[in-house]
Formats: sequence, structure tokens, C-alpha cells
Amino acid sequence: MEPRTLLTEFSYIVASVLFILGLRGLSHPESARRGMHLAEIGMLLAIIGTLINREIVSYEWILVGLVIGCAIGLPMGLMVPMTAMPQRTALSHAFGALAASLVGISEYYLHGAGLGPIKMPALSFEVLLGSLTTTGSLVACAKLQGILPGAPLTYKGQNIFNLSLLAITVLCFILLLVFPGHAELFYLMLFLSFVFGVLLVLPIGAADMPVVIALLNAYAGLASAATGMVIGNNVLIIAGMLDGGSGFILSIVMCKAMNRSITNVLFGAFGSVSETASASDGEMQATNIEDVAVLLAYARQAVFVPGYGMATAQAQHVLRQLADALEERGVTVKYAIHPVAGRMPGHMNVLLAEANVPYSQLQELEVINPEFPATDVAVVIGANDVVNPDARDNPKSIIAGMPILEVDRAKKVVVLKRGQGKGFSGLVNPLFFKPNCDMLYGDAKESLTNLVQAVHTA
Amino acid sequence: MAPEVLLATFYVLILAAFLGYQIISRVPSLLHTPLMSATNAISGISLVGSLVTAGAHQTMVSTILGLCAVICSTTNVVSGFILTDRMLKMFKRRVAPPPKEEK
Repeated sequence: MEPRTLLTEFSYIVASVLFILGLRGLSHPESARRGMHLAEIGMLLAIIGTLINREIVSYEWILVGLVIGCAIGLPMGLMVPMTAMPQRTALSHAFGALAASLVGISEYYLHGAGLGPIKMPALSFEVLLGSLTTTGSLVACAKLQGILPGAPLTYKGQNIFNLSLLAITVLCFILLLVFPGHAELFYLMLFLSFVFGVLLVLPIGAADMPVVIALLNAYAGLASAATGMVIGNNVLIIAGMLDGGSGFILSIVMCKAMNRSITNVLFGAFGSVSETASASDGEMQATNIEDVAVLLAYARQAVFVPGYGMATAQAQHVLRQLADALEERGVTVKYAIHPVAGRMPGHMNVLLAEANVPYSQLQELEVINPEFPATDVAVVIGANDVVNPDARDNPKSIIAGMPILEVDRAKKVVVLKRGQGKGFSGLVNPLFFKPNCDMLYGDAKESLTNLVQAVHTA
Repeated sequence: MAPEVLLATFYVLILAAFLGYQIISRVPSLLHTPLMSATNAISGISLVGSLVTAGAHQTMVSTILGLCAVICSTTNVVSGFILTDRMLKMFKRRVAPPPKEEK
């Protein structure tokens, strides 16, 4: 082995170790940043190690690519607002998967049948997964950005059509292993994978996006790992598996938090069903700013439950001001975070951290639920399904068994809501009809701003 | 690819999967969004594959495909690391002048 190759391989080993250390740092917010700096150094080393590789003969195109990539990546990294994180994450999955797919296509174009019986399956896998993740993520991104309607797009026979399309794609994949020389099979598979990616995500509603994003993350990672196998590069395999593993773990966490299986998310077209919720008698009681302000100001403990509505209203900063005002008066303030609140894993945590809420106040479901009976006021801000008691009480509900934040056990619940309409999933929420629940209608940000004022004078 | 090489590759694959599972399951749900953007940035390491494809100068087609791949991966690496850092910076134990704490 010549020294240059040795150096390249060495840089990859160091990079792998640094990536692992970097991700390990993420187990605690205090060590997370330092960990990420290690990962950055690892990345830099791996890139330098690659550039001295003797397979590279010309640098001009590499330079062009790096410059354009930085030109897109820098503004994207610096300017994307925190509320747009779900879209940007979906977009980056698309980029990552596309890169894997392109390298695969290029390898097939160059070597074709010459790849041999071991590399061929890895390559086909890489291209299949990479392509469907690319288009799937783009559709997810468009849905989250509001370019496409967030509601599930369904038509009759959709599942059968999609599954047959997938079957044909897989058939191409298998045939390709038997007849690796038939380029038309390869390009047909490529095309079908792109189409399948679109069709896979179209019927999935925006509320199910946390699972879908996590799943696409897993696919993108696996595609990268497969690329590593094709080009015989271990650091790619390791990083790809870390990425893929993280995606899978997150999808499982998200699915558990909704008590649904991955198949159900992918093919269930949740949110299009108008089922019969438990009969909710009684009426929703509207309340006003002054009453809520008094309730909050004289509470011992108040718990805020943020949901996607808080993100759309950009109300996290005002919420923090309200919490400040309450804390000044001696009220204990906590935030209850449901794992699937928002549009991606951890979405609410990032938004509240942006508003300077210390992370010790952000409580997970298991921690906060036992505290609700001792809570004077629970304030639900733009969340709906994650506080729907039907999940716990009504075994017939389609969300039955989903772990919820048990706000209905608090002494008083105030729900901030735009109007009387149903939530995204189209479910009736019996919480709103309970005697201890009041509705505060209006834009969340506006209501919270008024509440801050009212609490100061209360 | 020789069978021994394949075997070694599989070793790496399986161990990385196992290690990934161990490390990632320790990440608190508080940090799941930064985790996603961090793993995204890290898997931008596919850049090294793209670099070889773009720079090996074999045919025009493979160079162009490689160039596009380099652009995609670089974008992910750069924006991924910057965003992760931006997010992690925001997670604070307490705010500078600590608000009244009671318990």
C-alpha cells in the first residue's frame, strides 16, 4: 500500500471515531456542541484525506461543486428559521439521498455488468432507496412548506396501485441481479423508484410527518451505507449506518408515541377518515383574557402544552414572556412536550429553546403526566390530538392507546384555539366539552400577548 | 471484491449498526431535532464518494453526475453543521439572570 492511500485510510478511521464521539456528545445538551465540533473536524479530515487520493486526477469540477454547495449551504444554514426546520430537514434528506443515488448511477454507467455479483445488489439497493427517498422527501418538504396541500391525497385503489408499482420495482431489482448487463432494467428501476417515492408520501397527512421524516432519514442513511459498500469505503458505511440507525430509532419512538405501526402510517391515510368519536355532550365554554389571566396569576403551578399551532402562530417568544411574568409572581411554570407534537421529532423543544426557555423546564410525557392532578392550570396552545382523552378512555377511537398528555386531570384547562373547527386529524376532542375546560378563541400569539398584559395588571 | 473483503465490510456494517443503536438510544428526546440535523450532516460524508466520482475524470457523464452529487453533499454538510450548532447554542440550562426559582 502506498503512503498516500495509507494516509487516506487513516483519515477515514479518525473521522469515523470523531463522528461516533460527536454523536455520543448529543446524549446531553451540555456536551452536545463540543461533540459536534469533533464531528466537524472529522468531516474536514475525511475530505482532505479524499482529496489526496490518487484516483482523483482533476480538481476543477470538484472545486466548482464545493463552491456551489457552499453557496447554497451557507445561507441555508444561517438563515433558515427554526420554525422551518421540518421542511429543511426533509430537503436535506432529499439532497443526501440524491447524492447517493447519483454516485450509484455513475458507477453503473461506468462498469455496468462488470460490477460483479457482490457489488451489484448493494448498488441496486442504493439507487432504489436513494431515488425513492429523493422524491419522497421533496414531496414531504412541499407538504410541510404548504406548496402541496397538507391533507392526505387519496384516490380509490391507491394502496393496490402503489403496492403493485413497488412490486414491479422490486421485480426489476431482482431481474437486474440475474441479468446485470441489461441497462434498460436499471433505468426502468430508477424511474419507477422516483415515481414510487412521490406516490408513497402523497397519501400521508402533514400530522404524520414526524414518522415519515424519520423514516426517510433512515432510508437516506441506508442508501449512503450501501454507497459505501459499492465503492468500498468504510467511513461511508459507518456514517450511513449511524444516520440510518438514528432514523429507525426515531421512527419507532414516533410510532410508539402515536400507538401506530409504521405500515399503518404509510398506508393508513390517517386524517382522511371521518369516524364516529365518542359522543360528546355538553358545550364548549368560551372564556376571555381577563379570566384566564386571573387563573394563571393566582395559580401555584401552570403547565403549558405547545403543539403545532404554536409553531404556525410563531408564539413561542410571547409564551416565554408570559411564563416570565408568571414566574415573577411566584407561579411554577413547566412545559409538557409530547413526542409527536409538531411536525418533526423534537420540534417543540427547539422552538422553545429558541425562545430562551431553559431546557430543565421542558418535561417529557412520562415525567409531567403524574403532575397534572397537582396542576392548577394547564394551557394548551395549538395542540389537539396529543391531549385528546379519547385515546385513553374510548377503545373505539382511531387514536385509542396513543399516549396522551393528561391535561384533563388538571384542575383547570384552558385551550387556545383559532376557532371551533376540528383539529387536523378531523377528530372531535371530548376534552373541549369537559366541565373543567375553557376555550380561548383567537390567534395564539395575539391571545398570549394580551395575557402577558393582563397578568401584569392582575 | 474478494470474499474476505466482503466479510470485513459486513463486519463494519453490522458493528456500525449496533454502535449506532447504542449511541442514538441515549439521545434524549429533547435533542431529537438537532440529532436529525447532525446525522444528516455526518451522512454528508457521502461527499467523499462524490468527490472521487467527480474527480476521477472517466467520462463526461460520470463527471457531471459526480458534480451534482458533490453539490448535494456539500450543501448538506455545510448547512447541516451550521444549523446543528445554531440549535445547540440555544439549549441552555438557565438564562443568564436566573428567574426566581421555587421548589
